[in-house]
Amino acid sequence: MNLSRSPSLPIRTNTSTPARISVRRVLLYAVMIALVAIMVIPFAWMLSTSLKAQQYILETPPRLFPNPLTMESYTGLAERIDLARVVFNSGFVAIATTIGQIVISAMAAYAFARLQWRGRNLVFTLYLATMMVPSVVMVIPQFILIRQLGWVNTYTALIVPSLFNAFGTFLLRQSFLGLPKDFEEAAFVDGANPFTIFFRIMLPLNMPAIATLTVLSFMGSWNSYLFPLFVARKEEVITLPVALGVLQAGPRALTEWNLVMAGAVITVLPILIVYLLAQKWFVQGVVSSGIKG
Amino acid sequence: MTWQTGWNKWKWVLFFLAPSLSGLSIFILLPILTSFTLAFQDWNLLSPPEWIGLANFQEMFADAAFWSALRYTLTFIVLYIPSVFILALGLAVLLNQNMRGVLVVRTATFLPVVASWVVVSLIWKWIFNPQYGLINPILNLVGIQAPAWLFEPGAALVAIVITSVWKDLGYVAVMYLGGLQAINDTFYEAAKIDGANPRQQFFRITLPLLTPTMFFVLIILLINSFQVFDQVWLMPMRDSAADRQVEVLVTEVVKNAFSYNRMGYASAMSWVLFALIFVITFVQLRMQKRWVYYESE
Repeated sequence: MNLSRSPSLPIRTNTSTPARISVRRVLLYAVMIALVAIMVIPFAWMLSTSLKAQQYILETPPRLFPNPLTMESYTGLAERIDLARVVFNSGFVAIATTIGQIVISAMAAYAFARLQWRGRNLVFTLYLATMMVPSVVMVIPQFILIRQLGWVNTYTALIVPSLFNAFGTFLLRQSFLGLPKDFEEAAFVDGANPFTIFFRIMLPLNMPAIATLTVLSFMGSWNSYLFPLFVARKEEVITLPVALGVLQAGPRALTEWNLVMAGAVITVLPILIVYLLAQKWFVQGVVSSGIKG
Repeated sequence: MTWQTGWNKWKWVLFFLAPSLSGLSIFILLPILTSFTLAFQDWNLLSPPEWIGLANFQEMFADAAFWSALRYTLTFIVLYIPSVFILALGLAVLLNQNMRGVLVVRTATFLPVVASWVVVSLIWKWIFNPQYGLINPILNLVGIQAPAWLFEPGAALVAIVITSVWKDLGYVAVMYLGGLQAINDTFYEAAKIDGANPRQQFFRITLPLLTPTMFFVLIILLINSFQVFDQVWLMPMRDSAADRQVEVLVTEVVKNAFSYNRMGYASAMSWVLFALIFVITFVQLRMQKRWVYYESE
């Protein structure tokens, strides 16, 4: 999708004078600046709080620019939780989930898009049907299953159940179907089997869809909260969002917001950096996903 | 090509499909079936589960906490959907202009979309802090009596709605943008020749041709907002260890399951939620003829 295309609403009409156009432009720019401010200030406030010493977060009115600047929230956070471990947990789980999801979804997508077999449409309809079921319906029995398998507080619990979402299969199948069959037919004539075709033709020629799914899987896993909240609470396996939630929980008491915001910065920064580098895939991925998993 | 027939063909089908289908059966299909049977059982994870027929549903419909959660969910939807539906449309029209700086706006409005809900909830929980947060000093400055936000139920819900609109605005706008860009320029050229002004063009061309996108957006917003969870779980202050100022259906399900170990009751509630989403989506699909305009018809 090309998002920066030509205007559909013409700015110039036969009744407007140049003066009216410039008023309109000034107004539009004012709206644009306000929008950017509204979107960016909360993140700036997060960063600013994380760079303040404990006593300075309780100033009224609050100061937007921390003075003095200090990293003590980050060192304080590292004393409270095993930060390196938690970051590793989140990263490891997200990378493993992403790789697994892509391999499994791509293979299934190939079976649905290219192999001819009885019952194919029926099984595919079943896949689509699972996408309609809200995740809250599944979270309770999934938790029970994890418990019976003895997987509570393991990486397995965080990775394995998330490998099998029908959405990835659906997304890649769409892309596979859009590919002309010419290459494959030529390869078949040369004696290639489906395994070769899959790795040599389907995967390389569907990289845009695979990139979209990569971004979505990684983001989904890195940001995931509801499921990890109940299957992985021990420090050895806890992920960043769950650790953050634990950190800020408590009765009405004022929590140490500088520590919480330092944790928030650490959680959100990797995603924001990757987003700024690979914007196109994020926009495409998020738009194609639509419904909550 | 021997592999295309008989047992050889099925070997390949099995090879490609087995990992996905077996995993999906164990971790998705089996849980869905388990959840359905659990809805008719009483189970606290310790003693063996007991069949109790419709007792979970009878209890639920007499449970004030359930009705309160349903009311908050619906109130959230009524406040959140129209706000994000209209604001995102405005943003999409803005992003569709041929102006410098439009890309910066798109990048900025998409930042909250990629951030995790946990981070967004915590940032705004801190912004809404009545004493040390960012918002109340601004409100006081313009002479508005600021509420204690997350410490009182009504204001907490408003805070949650504001946070949700802020997070989802860019996402919904980009969905609209796809629809806006699909509108053929010749419509506007024809309208200009007929002397239509920008306002007429917007209401007579853009809006009618955008209704399929609006329909899609509305379906997705409804399905998602019935399932609102993270921000409601994290933002409101608590009355007690378990009770928040605001509870919605999903937080009520999760609380019953994981705080009270009432697996059967919680499952029953999750199926009521699913049924609600299903019926509302179905009704919308039936109603679309009344307002959605498809060019091909």
